[in-house]
Amino acid sequence: SSRVVEIQSQMSERAVELLGLPEDRPCLLLDVGCGSGLSGDYISEEGHYWIGMDISPAMLDVAVEREVEGDLLLADVGHGIPFRPGMFDGCISISAVQWLCNADKKSHSPPKRLYRFFSTLYTALARGSRAVLQLYPENSEQLELITSQAMRAGFTGGMVVDYPNSAKAKKFFLCLFVGTSGTLPKGLGTECANEELHQAKFTNERTRFRNVKGKSVKKSRDWILEKKERRRRQGKEVRPDTKYTGRKRRPHF
Amino acid sequence: MKLLTHNLLSSHVPGLRPGGGFPLRIELGRPSELPPEPLPNYEADEEFLRRLHHVLLEVEVLEGSLQCPDSGRRFPISKGVPNMLLTEDEA
Repeated sequence: SSRVVEIQSQMSERAVELLGLPEDRPCLLLDVGCGSGLSGDYISEEGHYWIGMDISPAMLDVAVEREVEGDLLLADVGHGIPFRPGMFDGCISISAVQWLCNADKKSHSPPKRLYRFFSTLYTALARGSRAVLQLYPENSEQLELITSQAMRAGFTGGMVVDYPNSAKAKKFFLCLFVGTSGTLPKGLGTECANEELHQAKFTNERTRFRNVKGKSVKKSRDWILEKKERRRRQGKEVRPDTKYTGRKRRPHF
Repeated sequence: MKLLTHNLLSSHVPGLRPGGGFPLRIELGRPSELPPEPLPNYEADEEFLRRLHHVLLEVEVLEGSLQCPDSGRRFPISKGVPNMLLTEDEA
């Protein structure tokens, strides 16, 4: 249907934009899950070269018939990316990577397939290049699984979310950097001041545990004071707050 | 499959020696319009560059196979598309 084609085309355009390719020269890109070559057509329009991989012979037949510019490979990316190190200036994928999470009883476990994909992709990409993977995560566990395997493979980066407030328009782009910690591009349709909410940065730093619900940690002095205030508002009898409120007692207490 | 793509491909079967699985041998007749070794000043040789561009980007392998130099494993090519699917035992 033409609407689906249009959406795919827009996502391809956005993915190539997020690659941040140099403007002065043609690049060689890998298209993971290229299908019938819709995203590849956009890459060709931009003057770049591409090689596509897809697991569906039927889709690739369509691509061959359409005489797409890029070369095509019939392959399962969960088995790895069959290229020599550093060959590609970038990688895009439109609506394909979530399929690696499917547990087919014949194949290896999804985490293993995801890791094989990401580690070999990392090798095949040139230093300083990026992989931009548009995907539809089923739930946050799946998102977590995908991003954790990408980090294990050595990528840095994070998720860019376009139109986060629209159920219909919301799109997820996993932006992965090879070798450099680039700054994550901003998601579209983010008008609010605090744009950190729409991106999740992935680093190897250990972060201190923070309470995400906005409440104080239980039993801390702040929590005690808040609770006493709450009970006062309820009209109950509460001891006055002093410098001894919530103070650490001697261990025997 | 263009010959440029062939230059980049390597076998992704696990267990090969480091740097192994490359180059995959193309099994069919080879075009012989190029000299066997590049000449010393090839960047300036316009005729050579034209023939090189033609061979890399304008000649397509349609039917044949790619053979791994280490394991001998063959990846068939059909309608210009190499089949790189691995069996469950290999992956």
